[in-house]
Amino acid sequence: MPVTRGFGGGSRRGRPERLPPGQYDTGRDWPVLTAEAQPRIAPEDWTITVDGAVERPHTWSWREAHALPGSTYFGDIHCVTTWSMLDTTFAGVSVDTLLELAGPQPEAAYVMAHSSTGYTTNLPLADVTDGKAWLVWEYDGRPLAAEHGGPVRLLVPHLYFWKSAKWVDRLELMTRDRPGFWEQNGYHDRGDPWLEQRYQGDP
Amino acid sequence: MSAPAEAAPAPVGHWTTGTVVELERLGDRLVRLRLDVADRTDHLPGQHYVLRLRAPDGYTAQRSYSVASSPDDPLLELMVECLPGGEVSGHLHDVADVGDVFELRGPIGGWFTWSGEATALCVVGGTGVVPVVAMLRHARAHGLTDRLRVVAVGRSLAELPYAAELIEAGAFVALTRENLGDRVAAPPYPEEIAALADGVERAYVCGSVGFASYATRLLGEIGVRSDTIRIEQFGATG
Repeated sequence: MPVTRGFGGGSRRGRPERLPPGQYDTGRDWPVLTAEAQPRIAPEDWTITVDGAVERPHTWSWREAHALPGSTYFGDIHCVTTWSMLDTTFAGVSVDTLLELAGPQPEAAYVMAHSSTGYTTNLPLADVTDGKAWLVWEYDGRPLAAEHGGPVRLLVPHLYFWKSAKWVDRLELMTRDRPGFWEQNGYHDRGDPWLEQRYQGDP
Repeated sequence: MSAPAEAAPAPVGHWTTGTVVELERLGDRLVRLRLDVADRTDHLPGQHYVLRLRAPDGYTAQRSYSVASSPDDPLLELMVECLPGGEVSGHLHDVADVGDVFELRGPIGGWFTWSGEATALCVVGGTGVVPVVAMLRHARAHGLTDRLRVVAVGRSLAELPYAAELIEAGAFVALTRENLGDRVAAPPYPEEIAALADGVERAYVCGSVGFASYATRLLGEIGVRSDTIRIEQFGATG
């Protein structure tokens, strides 16, 4: 590919090594990106269901989810639109905790995260287990704002952030992969920022 | 609520290159580029492209920009707002010139598209007008103008991209910092645009994050169902 005339990339100086390729540090400015109108969900009306290829499908209320052992993520997040935010803190419950109670069937290999808006995103099950994914209701010590997916969103910080479905209300375990909303619209099925898996056809 | 799924299959393009054929700087914030794209995949109105800059040592920077041209246009038109400290937009505004070759990837995005399949109302602000300009141009080229209604909001006529073209195409233009004809500077009122919601099957909102939440509320006030609204927002991306 051609070198761009007159472009030296000087503004990268001081670029943290933690930034994946093609990303920039947005600082504390957290852009809001959604494809649909923002729903208003009262915490007491929110529930999370884990079903599909599991032994014990289960639904937790807000109170029941909060009664589970809490878990915190401290680290970076990366959006496919090229911003990254470093050193964020999210708190909620590990997806492992929910899956332990629901019992994935041996042939379960994928998960579809569903939002109350109808938004969906698909992930390999291995990307939401072993301490890699959370349901979060707190950002930097405060309740997660509705515009950022509150009261509860999925958090899968090692993948591009469209995988971290806002307003999540269901994790459907699947034996076969199926594309979610953005994945049907040209985005990558996995979305690893370090491999720049942004769109279909990326490695 | 109904699902924002069932999107029509949209074309997805791969990496290619584009040569700048025309470049126009409009004021100190906007630059309009028209590019000849090698091996182009035709887009749907509303889709975007990624433009990538490459330094001699291989370092790259890339950003997404909505397409303003209709699919029938032999060239690909982008309108880029220059943001303070913007790594890519700054280069396009300050350095880019006719004859430059850029890496391009597109078209991308199968959600915020319109090809005439539904009667639509678009409420767009600032450079958020760009994808809707592509829709308007497509509508005019194919006799679909009665299916597309546009409310465009800008600070001033000079700052609103494609202002003259929007007005000529019959868009309702609301300026917030200066009067336009008899209309006093103000964001659009529900009463001003309520009639445009009649028979609307789908709505499009594009603009900054603050604008998008304002526009979504406004559409709700004039009776547009929230599950028919498709939103494209941009935060601070330079």
